[in-house]
Amino acid sequence: MKTTTHPPAIETIALSKTYGSGNTEVIALREASMSIGRGEVVALLGPSGSGKSTLLSAIGLINPPTSGQIKIDGKVIMDGPKAYVDLQRYRRERLGFIFQKSNLIPFLTALENVLISLSISGVEGRPAKRRAMELLDSLGVGDRAKNLPSALSGGQQQRVAVARALANKPSLLLADEPTAALDSKLGRQVMELFREIGHENQAGVLVVTHDQRALDVFDRTLYLEDGVLTEHHVMPGKIG
Amino acid sequence: MNLAIRDVRHNLGRFALTAVGLGLLLMIVMGMGGIYKGIEEDAILLIDELDSDLWIVQSETRGPFAELSRLPSSVEDRALTVPGVSDARRFVTHTVQRVHQGRPIRISIVGLSWPEDRGEWLPILSGRTIGQGHFEMVADRTLGLAIGEMVQLGKDSYRVVGITQNMISSGGDGLAFLTVSDALAVQFDSVGEATRLERAARRGRAEHTDIVQSQPGMLERADLPAKLIPALGSPTVSAILVNVKPGVDVESVRSVMDGWADVTVYSAEEQRQLLLQGPVDRARRQIGLFRVLLVAISAIIMSLILYTMTLDKVHDIALLKLMGAKDRVIIGLVLQEAFLLGGIAYVIAYMIGGQLFPFFPRRVIVTTEMMIWLAFAVAVICVVGSSLGIRKAMGVSPNEVLS
Repeated sequence: MKTTTHPPAIETIALSKTYGSGNTEVIALREASMSIGRGEVVALLGPSGSGKSTLLSAIGLINPPTSGQIKIDGKVIMDGPKAYVDLQRYRRERLGFIFQKSNLIPFLTALENVLISLSISGVEGRPAKRRAMELLDSLGVGDRAKNLPSALSGGQQQRVAVARALANKPSLLLADEPTAALDSKLGRQVMELFREIGHENQAGVLVVTHDQRALDVFDRTLYLEDGVLTEHHVMPGKIG
Repeated sequence: MNLAIRDVRHNLGRFALTAVGLGLLLMIVMGMGGIYKGIEEDAILLIDELDSDLWIVQSETRGPFAELSRLPSSVEDRALTVPGVSDARRFVTHTVQRVHQGRPIRISIVGLSWPEDRGEWLPILSGRTIGQGHFEMVADRTLGLAIGEMVQLGKDSYRVVGITQNMISSGGDGLAFLTVSDALAVQFDSVGEATRLERAARRGRAEHTDIVQSQPGMLERADLPAKLIPALGSPTVSAILVNVKPGVDVESVRSVMDGWADVTVYSAEEQRQLLLQGPVDRARRQIGLFRVLLVAISAIIMSLILYTMTLDKVHDIALLKLMGAKDRVIIGLVLQEAFLLGGIAYVIAYMIGGQLFPFFPRRVIVTTEMMIWLAFAVAVICVVGSSLGIRKAMGVSPNEVLS
């Protein structure tokens, strides 16, 4: 694990999530505890229905946990379902999301898809455009800035989605099977991209994936099964 | 960044077609208002143009525009004797339908009290006013007659000497102006056989009366035209129009005439109100209700369109929410699209309406007030119509992006 003076980008303490009650009660998450440091790139593995999406939506401040704490940058954000901050604002300023599908807004160009993220955070005008173009250029899609998503390949779309997620310099990047729609070569490239981004931007990165071929890219791997989170595999020396 | 404009640009074809459809609907709403305004204007046009202070009509009737009104033409002379009266005119109106040059033509005839009234007040588009006591007419252009054209009415032909604009009766028929005597000749025209039969019947009835048996000379008078027989002469004119001298109180003149038991007197304003509250009122209510229905239909259609447009963007809205977009960004997206749709539809309604309405058989008068009212109605429709979409958008969970 990376040693740093910064508090972890994200930390969960005994996080649990229960759906329904009585006979229909389903425990999706059982006291899951973990932390991801800044600059650390972590994979989350687990079979379908294991609770990966539940954990991701809880960490992403979308779906509140039933019990347990969520800390971001050392600050308690949620304690059980109770929120201590404006979650919308926290999502806007601290978190970046990447999905299996690029989820680009179809009526906006690649550049505008990045700009909208900045606009939501109140960054407008020339500085926003400069930042967006820098990101697109750094991800190799600067020449497609004026294209609509429909004119981009799957890989290009995913890169634009990454640029959008990074636009606000989030402290935590959450990716839900981001390479599922890509071929293995491109999938690996995207995973390596996450690693670079995590390290260069000093952002914690949590990637939910089924693709075990690219696990060597990650600093750590977490495993989730039946709502129980365990440390799956540690690859020391990957960080720094 | 304006998301609404970008979304519209992306779905331009669908949006344009929707706007045209809604525009046509709004045009009908606008047209219905214009038709009512046209009916109202046409109805009171003649009253306004005749510009008289008082209307003397048949006793206990509401005047020639509301019902049949007949009174003796001698009332004109009686009116002139009232102190303060500057002039009095006979007024005759009735509607005829004839076949002219193989096509049916419906004419609302107005009699002018020639030679005092030659129709100088008429809005003449071409030609001139009436220049002689008989066989000339000034016709509205909606009748489709040309200057110099001869129109057969009754036993006589009348030459069109002038064309007016927008002189329409409350029933929507074009007005034609003749002298009072010509108007009466047209009104009371009957074929020769009917006249002969009437005279024979009159002679038959007279032969059985004591007075004819004692004075046989009276039997000869039975063959004269009815109007020449005082005992048989029926009241003929529709109304007598009275103007008072400048500075004279109209009410004081009216109070004298109110004392005449055989007539009823109205001011021009009362005559106007009787017309508007009578035949025009039913049309107004009918059109008004129809307009309300159309506005409601427009609102429902717009709601459905905006709701569908919002449904198409549920995933994008969820994404924006996930990214932390404030509610006003989402509401702004739906509301701006609603106003864009409403605004474009409004312009389309105005432009197409402006081109189409002149071809309508009756006048469609679209006033500035009406356009402001419609703009306000469209704004309300936009807000109400978008409420369903906004409600849907507000209910979208960011979780939907993960699903």
